[in-house]
Amino acid sequence: MEPILAMLVGALFTVAIYLFLSKHVIRILMGAAILGNAVNLLIFTAGRVTREVPPIIPGDADALTGAAANPLPQALILTAIVISFSFFAFLLVLGYRAFQELETDSSDDMRVAEPVGDKTPPAGY
Amino acid sequence: MRTVIFRSIAPYLTSLMVLFSIFVLLRGHNEPGGGFIGGLIAASALAIYGIACGVAPVRRAIYFHPMAIAAFGLFMSGMAGVLSVFASVPYMSGLWIYPHLFGVEIPLSSVLVFDVGVYLVVVGAISSIALALEERDRD
Amino acid sequence: MSASAPGTTFIVLMLPFLAALIAPWLTRRLGHNAAWLLALAPVAIFIHFLGFSADVADGGVVTGGFQWVPSYNVSFSWLIDGLSLTFALLISGIGALIILYSGGYLKGHDQLGRFFSFMLLFMGAMLGVVISDSFLMLFVYWELTSITSFLLIGFDHTREASRRAAIQALVVTGGGGLALLAGLLVIWNITGVSQVSLLLSYGDELRGSPFYLLALFLVLGGAFSKSAQFPLHFWLPNAMEAPTPVSAYLHSATMVKAGVYLLMRLNPVLGDTVWWETILPVFGGATLIVGTLLAIRQTDLKLMLAYTTVSSLGLLVMLTGFGSEHAIAAAVLYLVAHSLFKGGLFMVAGLIDHEAGTRDVTKLGGLRKAMPVTFIAALAGAISMAGLPPFLGFLAKEEIYYALWATDPWSLAFVAIAVIGNGLMFVIGFAVALKPFLGPEVKTPKHAHEGPALLWLGPLTLGAAALVAALISPVTHRFISSPMASAIAGAPETVTISVIPHMGPALILSLVTIAFGIIAYRMLDRLRAGMAWLLSAIGWGPDRGFDQFISGAVRLSVAVTRLVQPGRLDVYMTVTFLMIAAALIGPMAWYGEWPAMPVWPEDAQFHELVVAAIVLIGLAAVIYARDRLTAIVSLGIQGFAVALIFMLFGAPDLSFTQFMVETLAVVILALVMTRLKLHASDHRPTLQKIIDMSVAIACGGGFTLYLLAVTQQPFNTALSDFFAAYSKIVAHGANVVNVIIVDFRGTDTLGEIAVVMVTGLAILSLIRIRTPRSTVADNDPDRRPGQAVVESREVR
Repeated sequence: MEPILAMLVGALFTVAIYLFLSKHVIRILMGAAILGNAVNLLIFTAGRVTREVPPIIPGDADALTGAAANPLPQALILTAIVISFSFFAFLLVLGYRAFQELETDSSDDMRVAEPVGDKTPPAGY
Repeated sequence: MRTVIFRSIAPYLTSLMVLFSIFVLLRGHNEPGGGFIGGLIAASALAIYGIACGVAPVRRAIYFHPMAIAAFGLFMSGMAGVLSVFASVPYMSGLWIYPHLFGVEIPLSSVLVFDVGVYLVVVGAISSIALALEERDRD
Repeated sequence: MSASAPGTTFIVLMLPFLAALIAPWLTRRLGHNAAWLLALAPVAIFIHFLGFSADVADGGVVTGGFQWVPSYNVSFSWLIDGLSLTFALLISGIGALIILYSGGYLKGHDQLGRFFSFMLLFMGAMLGVVISDSFLMLFVYWELTSITSFLLIGFDHTREASRRAAIQALVVTGGGGLALLAGLLVIWNITGVSQVSLLLSYGDELRGSPFYLLALFLVLGGAFSKSAQFPLHFWLPNAMEAPTPVSAYLHSATMVKAGVYLLMRLNPVLGDTVWWETILPVFGGATLIVGTLLAIRQTDLKLMLAYTTVSSLGLLVMLTGFGSEHAIAAAVLYLVAHSLFKGGLFMVAGLIDHEAGTRDVTKLGGLRKAMPVTFIAALAGAISMAGLPPFLGFLAKEEIYYALWATDPWSLAFVAIAVIGNGLMFVIGFAVALKPFLGPEVKTPKHAHEGPALLWLGPLTLGAAALVAALISPVTHRFISSPMASAIAGAPETVTISVIPHMGPALILSLVTIAFGIIAYRMLDRLRAGMAWLLSAIGWGPDRGFDQFISGAVRLSVAVTRLVQPGRLDVYMTVTFLMIAAALIGPMAWYGEWPAMPVWPEDAQFHELVVAAIVLIGLAAVIYARDRLTAIVSLGIQGFAVALIFMLFGAPDLSFTQFMVETLAVVILALVMTRLKLHASDHRPTLQKIIDMSVAIACGGGFTLYLLAVTQQPFNTALSDFFAAYSKIVAHGANVVNVIIVDFRGTDTLGEIAVVMVTGLAILSLIRIRTPRSTVADNDPDRRPGQAVVESREVR
């Protein structure tokens, strides 16, 4: 199953990056949301996939025996999902506020930090 | 969104979801679940309530500022690690006690305290974001 | 070798830094009288080092220290032999006088405490340079002298000239320091030792190495820049922007000699080669001549002295380069003599400036009645500088001529250079010491009278020291000159010259010099006019070159910044993702380690393929969505499909979390987006779309290939096995994922929930910060989209 997931990961990355490269804040945001999924699925697949057996120790056993999914990538991804969500929310609000302040949703027009025709620094001492 | 039906069932739905979230939180150590998922469920419950009935009732219902809840959760998680000082073991070592209550053995642990902290942080932070955004919807 | 009193020496090395710490506080309490207390620090250092002199005079070498970074064999260690001892005595002795002098000179200055602090810092750094045994310690102290010198030159930082001089000194000497570091590392690499004391036995190995020239040039870069050798001499006269105590201490007696010290220190191992014996004399000789000629041109007392300092340093480098027994003896004597007379003369110049209000030699005259003590001190300095008996300068000059005299053309050329240089220094010395004091009284900006004891104590003491040292020359030689010359030569040497002149070429050359000096002194005004004309005819100099270099550097950095920071997000993103694609695909292509062609997984089940297809459909819908709502919903679809994948492959926890998150994401996205008047559709030009798509495909394809390559490798299950085995036994939890999160990796999770919390706070503050829209935004007709209203903000 890994090859299929690998290609799916590639597709997710491609779309995310394509959206990133568009200049509109909204599309960049959606790209960010997809990028989070892409990375999570990447980690998940790299930890190898097993079908349908969650890493839960049966009641009468002391340790996980037999085929079960790899718990480590799951633990990594679980926190990553929540954190990427909070960052997505942050980006969303940032983009929204930028739109309100600058009245544009195009990253090309957002030139507050690096204005066009910035003055050269003083050449003296 | 603020239809009569939605408004009427939203409080019950929310209470059920919050209850469910606590259930998910507590069983997390042995079954699928845990602080993160529970917290997210509770946060969505509050968000739904906010969409249905407005933000003010939600804020009244949870009484504390959501960020305060998150801060308390973070503090709780941090302190759960500090507990291990009293057992002279490294920071964040799990500690377990098994008190008997009404004849039932209840396993309590610093890990559970930690997980509850995680739950509170997620509830607080996410619902604070959601509520703030919903509030903006109306001005 | 004996390792005595390591603790005391360490404390003594730290003493100036400690004194620097308390200096501002002490000065706030005691005003300028704090100088008396602060001068105790250098006095204590002086006494401590004096204790070594008997040992060192008998040929002893004192080393000490401790390991600093043992894994790299870097130690904090010191080496006290004739060379470093003489330097340490000069630094601490003159340092004490300078501290006192500063107290008088800057009396009432509101930054006096800071000044003391800088001075003491410098003293500590300079002491470290000459005492260091380990290379890295030497380098650290070396750069510390550059930095403290920068602070001192720029002390009067409200004036542009000061700032320029400070930056210039820092760039030149600091840059030279980097060259020195490289040179020391090359030496370290060749010989394998990082300590000066161990280096001495590796001379032949070093000279025979193919990297000898590299090491030599790098070390010379450091030494020449520090010691202001032509054509890097220009920073030193500019450094006269500093208050006079700084010029007297750093730029005549001590810091500028650090380069000479380095050459002397490395003479036994780097010297004795054709390169050494050509480069050093040639550059030294050129510096000597250029320095004196430029000094003639000046009318400012300090500048005259500064240029002669340049030439004296040239003379020292020249002598060090010759490397013969007498040349080294001459260098030693001249170095000590120069420190004494030049420090004194600088203090005199400052004293005149302080009392008369000007230091322009053409506006001064007849001060001998008003300032008799100063006159005596100036005279002592000038006599020593001119090389007249019975001062130490005389011994030095006799020894110089003795060392240089030979009849081959090469030597004769340097004899001529030395005679001209010494003759012109004779002129400058007396111009500084006689001109302001003799002749008719000239009205000066301030009514001149004798300065306070704090001011004339220093020059007078130094003058007396030069006299006494010459009169008791056998003692001087035993304790100072001979041990120092031995250390420089790397073999025992004895200096014998005394005040009583004896017939020979040296004496004749001295007489020639004096005659030349007297003639030149009478023609001083004409010489000055001639030099002024010559310099304006040349026009360009290294000093102006420095300005051009700096403004060129600024222009270059502006151009580079404009190039790499165009301010367009899509450019940054394109570059970033291209780099990521290159990082993913590049190594595979380079090593030819492409993943094997994947085979269609036989066990892939229909419902799994359907879910994967849903992800793809969701993605396509996001790209092609015509309106916002479709885009949001499609985003949700692909997210839920990913959650399904987690569910199908044994990750229920992930699946639930992903479901919740996607739901919340869609909700808040909808909440925000419905309020924005945004273009949901993509209106990039087609070409741009193709470029962006290629970048995205390169990157995404890279990830696919990478993931395929990874999954085709055998899987290391060590970590997962550990968690699976101990989850229940140790942590009493059956859900391994949750146990990892809250128990095994609990501290990680603590950090992660802190991040969640902080983003929550950041979002809240972002929402709450508002610009008052009514005032600026609506009333300003010129306001374009994209132009920020950042002037006024209010927080609600």
